[in-house]
Amino acid sequence: MRRHLLSSADLTRDDALQVLDTAEELRSLADRPIKKLPTLRGRTVVNLFFEDSTRTRISFEAAAKRLSADVINFSAKGSSVSKGESLKDTALTLEAMGADAVVIRHGSSGAPHRLATSGWVRSSVVNAGDGTHEHPTQALLDAFTLRRHLGDLAGRRITIVGDVLHSRVARSNALLLATLGAEVTLVAPPTLLPVGVSAWPVQTSYDLDSALDKCDAVMMLRVQHERMNAAFFPSAREYSRRYGLDDRRFDRLPDHAIVMHPGPMNRGMEISATVADSTRSVIVEQVTNGVAVRMAVLYLLLSGSDAARPGTEEAVL
Amino acid sequence: MYGIREKTSFNDPSREAEKEVRLVSSAERSVKTTTASRVVLDATDITRALTRIAHEILERNKGPDDVILLGIPRRGVPLAHRMAKVMAKVEGTEVPSGSLDVTMYRDDLRLRPARTLEPTDIPGHGVDGALVVLVDDVLFSGRTVRAALDALGDLGRPRGVQLAVLVDRGHRELPIRADFVGKNLPTSLAERVTVTLAETDAVDAVVISPAEGGIS
Repeated sequence: MRRHLLSSADLTRDDALQVLDTAEELRSLADRPIKKLPTLRGRTVVNLFFEDSTRTRISFEAAAKRLSADVINFSAKGSSVSKGESLKDTALTLEAMGADAVVIRHGSSGAPHRLATSGWVRSSVVNAGDGTHEHPTQALLDAFTLRRHLGDLAGRRITIVGDVLHSRVARSNALLLATLGAEVTLVAPPTLLPVGVSAWPVQTSYDLDSALDKCDAVMMLRVQHERMNAAFFPSAREYSRRYGLDDRRFDRLPDHAIVMHPGPMNRGMEISATVADSTRSVIVEQVTNGVAVRMAVLYLLLSGSDAARPGTEEAVL
Repeated sequence: MYGIREKTSFNDPSREAEKEVRLVSSAERSVKTTTASRVVLDATDITRALTRIAHEILERNKGPDDVILLGIPRRGVPLAHRMAKVMAKVEGTEVPSGSLDVTMYRDDLRLRPARTLEPTDIPGHGVDGALVVLVDDVLFSGRTVRAALDALGDLGRPRGVQLAVLVDRGHRELPIRADFVGKNLPTSLAERVTVTLAETDAVDAVVISPAEGGIS
């Protein structure tokens, strides 16, 4: 495992499997009386969140604390960022405080890459979602959840439905699941598929019903109203009719298929409440697994010295 | 500055199965060369040692009550299972055995690349009130056992903890000793002791080999 985790695209199959296998062992920690390991004692993890987040921030915080790291939470609201401080100056402040890992969420695609390669900080950088680019730990926890339910992902059919254009989760998942050998189908209205999607290792479709029959898992994406600056579909009602996972479509899924959603959900929009709360929905389990996967990522990035780490400072995961 | 630790940590990746199998076969081949590896325990010796340790554990603890054997991955685990089988045969009752991964408790995590975690499998009702016998293949610096004691403390509060090892090669760096030893092997720090087991490496053997070029 290398120095940074910036993108699912950088993960080889072996890297990804190492994270998933490590997470598998770490997940049993949740069942123990003492849910803490001394592994990262004395290390500092900074959660640098320029965008709102519930799940991801809490999940990273829990993961770091269970590994005994010190956690500093930073959110743009209430910090000097609102006074106009630049990413560079914020980064230099963190460096001066001696952060060993920076977990960054930023509204601009590429901000984590900039932080990792600019030389502003020496710490490991973990991308916790950048703009509409990537969210690799979400993809890892989704792959982890899928693997627990479906076993080896090679040849499994995963359907990802919804606002692919604005979704960093969709991109990270498509790339990672393809690396792990799954067959990914993206289903979205033509207006919500990104330019250049033909170069992704996936199939695309505009018709949800035809993609449901043979899939092993269906992953619903949130319609990201906050990023929509144009009319991408005529009405919420029409979107829901054509691309929402309602009870009728849910009944057509194969019996073993599971339903996923990265959260936060718009109940009634992309997913109906009955489906979200059904026994085949693993949405809550995804959150539990998120902590184990993020522990694995922090452990693999932070244990081992620079001297012991193969490759150079420039090595990017 | 960490050169000494590099040499003395004994669960390191260079002891991978392939390498050890190679060492065994080279030991069998090179009878002529005096500097070559030599087999100090073969399959029968290992079985005898494990049988004796199993009896000693029963004798010391006056039977198998509350006894749990926990092997330290990787090669302590099959040893624990084998001894549990012997004890079950002698006493006629099941003796629980499992594994205890100590990776996250090691003191050299910052000095080497991230290690892969091994499974921790605690049998029965946990370690609270139990008499835990930790099992490992080689006792060397004592640091793995230190880590195991910490890991065990996070799982519960055993009534007592004892240590059984197949080989004690000396050179302790911590105040730790084994309660049950298969064989005491006086070694120099430069030598390498490798244990191979049928479960993990196809062959049962304990081999001493001179230091390879890189270690000095």
